[in-house]
Amino acid sequence: MKRKPKGGDIKSGRRAFLRGFGKALASVSALMIGGAGLLGKKGTSDAAVIKPEIPPIPDYDWTEHDWGYGIDATRCIGCLRCVEACKAENGVAPTAHHFRTWVERYVWLEGEERPLVDSQSDPGNIAASGSQKEYRFDNRYQDKKIDKAFFVPKICNHCRHPSCVQVCPTGATFKTEDGAVLIDHDYCIGCQYCVQACPYGARFFDPADQVTEKCTWCYHRITKGLQPACVEVCPVGARIFGDMNNEASDISKFLRENRVQVLKPETGNAPTCFYIGLDKEVS
Amino acid sequence: MEALYHASPFTGYVYPNETIIPWTVMIVIYPYMTGLVAGAFSVSSLYHVFGMEKFKPVARFALLTALCFMLFVPMTLLLHLGQPQRAFNAMITPHLTSAFAAFGYFAAFYAVLLMLETWFAFREDNVIRARNSTGLVRSFYRAITLWSDDISEKARSYDHKWMLTLAIVGIPSAHGLHGYVGFVFGSLKSREWWGSDMMPVIFLFSAIISGIAVLIVLYTLVCKVRKTPIDHACVRGMGGALWGFLMFTLLLEGLEFANVVYKGKEGIEIIMEYVTGPLFYRYFVFQFAVGAVVPIIILGLMFARDVRGKAFLVGAVISSLLVLMNVFLMRWNVVIGGQEIAKTMRGLVYYHDPGGREGLAAALAVLSGPFILLAILTRVMPPWKEMTEKG
Ligand code: SF4
Ligand code: SF4
Repeated sequence: MKRKPKGGDIKSGRRAFLRGFGKALASVSALMIGGAGLLGKKGTSDAAVIKPEIPPIPDYDWTEHDWGYGIDATRCIGCLRCVEACKAENGVAPTAHHFRTWVERYVWLEGEERPLVDSQSDPGNIAASGSQKEYRFDNRYQDKKIDKAFFVPKICNHCRHPSCVQVCPTGATFKTEDGAVLIDHDYCIGCQYCVQACPYGARFFDPADQVTEKCTWCYHRITKGLQPACVEVCPVGARIFGDMNNEASDISKFLRENRVQVLKPETGNAPTCFYIGLDKEVS
Repeated sequence: MEALYHASPFTGYVYPNETIIPWTVMIVIYPYMTGLVAGAFSVSSLYHVFGMEKFKPVARFALLTALCFMLFVPMTLLLHLGQPQRAFNAMITPHLTSAFAAFGYFAAFYAVLLMLETWFAFREDNVIRARNSTGLVRSFYRAITLWSDDISEKARSYDHKWMLTLAIVGIPSAHGLHGYVGFVFGSLKSREWWGSDMMPVIFLFSAIISGIAVLIVLYTLVCKVRKTPIDHACVRGMGGALWGFLMFTLLLEGLEFANVVYKGKEGIEIIMEYVTGPLFYRYFVFQFAVGAVVPIIILGLMFARDVRGKAFLVGAVISSLLVLMNVFLMRWNVVIGGQEIAKTMRGLVYYHDPGGREGLAAALAVLSGPFILLAILTRVMPPWKEMTEKG
């Protein structure tokens, strides 16, 4: 902005500079007002959907699919194979603090009104597995009387109105045409605003790459017609994945045959990860 | 792997990914510094726009103070980013639904505005300096006046007209910039402690009090160091403004807290556990009692008893230091506090200093930057003229 005015007449040079500045000021203000107007539209994910060209995946047209994920919490046995498979498949940091998927354990001890909750990353469970790279639930309730207990698997909900996409200042986080919420790791600036904005704690900051990470539904697999690693590995079929556009898919069947719920519906995020077997205490 | 991340201890149940707190002390001093900018600028505007002569002695000094802090604000964010070299991505392709996307534009716009206003405010002085010096010094001052040499009556009235315009545009910009920082937190629905409509307003008022407070302290310090007389009317004016705005800020913060407690939405148990436990001292005792109620009483008593002169000065400086602590704690309790209450609403995470580029030492270094820059800038462009001519 500061530049030497041209010409011999210093005063008129300064004037010209000021006139130029006046124009710049006006245009920046206009830009800001425009920006503010758009900011006002918060909550509408449509404005956030990036409309790129067809992605460079051979034989895959993302406009043809609408992926959905189902979780039957009544089936989960807390074996945590999904968590380990996910870490292996996606190269997730091998620690007790970085997860694309995790499993929660809810236990009501006899007579208790509220449950005790833990996940595989609880220090007690890490101690039981003996490593931050392998996961298991310990036997802490072995000698206790229990009224009710169950497991709840969790992943990124690939929300229809994702707050992570809404807040990303660069557009590095985006919603694809087929419903997945992805992160462009080459474009992410690592501000972690999205980590804050996700109500579900689905995101984390990758310590090695210094960018944000989360579940992709194994996008590299599903676009080749494979199942996400967690779904593939689950021994009891607690995790269901498929194309909601296809009536014969597992997920369509799951949605047709069950009364499903989503997590934290009050956020307005509209998850596309559907549950059966939740409880009022699960959030 | 161990050295790459810093997990925090927790109680209750928190989501596994929450055991690493994403925003550190850098994001505490980011709103702290933008607040000081907005506050200092407000004081300078009281003279430049509203013509309140009382504030003339500090008006240009306040402008320099605001500029110095503004120039260090981006530093906090750059140190926080995982990929700082990509910071411009947010400006090249701003994603407009993000409350952060326009920050780059907003901050750049305001920084340029501050620089221009400073340029006009000091142009006459600098021209005179250039005329009265030789060699390199002369070239330097010629350069910072952008080779302008006209200080005729007409040119100066032209300067004033521009300063007035810039200051008038500057007021909403400074406050917009800071209210906007409040929106960055207040607009998030993921955290009960942040998601509040009052957040931008609270940020704004606490910004104003911190700006006034830092000027009272710096002005007194400068007069002591330079052994020049203190303009008591000016300090009294700033003290009065501090008192008024402080009461209002406390009221807003109190209302905000009362709202959370009274509504008692889901998860209130964990919030109560938090505020009565880990937050008790830094929230109730230091932020509210020591940082707000005490200075309100000190200033109130001094005005009620018509305390003047040195005694008022001492009281005002003590109050200001307490207010600076209050606002710092307010930022801390919002930014860190919000993250210590887990999104599960079933547990608490305990922030621990990550060290390194985002640690406390780095934050203190960044925070001292503006003061060092101010010391240098006031040598280059001394704002003391009106401080001494009135004293
Ligand atoms: S669950 Fe969180 S990370 Fe996943 S899409 Fe929703 S808001 Fe984004
Ligand atoms: S961390 Fe990356 S993906 Fe998340 S908001 Fe920032 S730029 Fe977007």
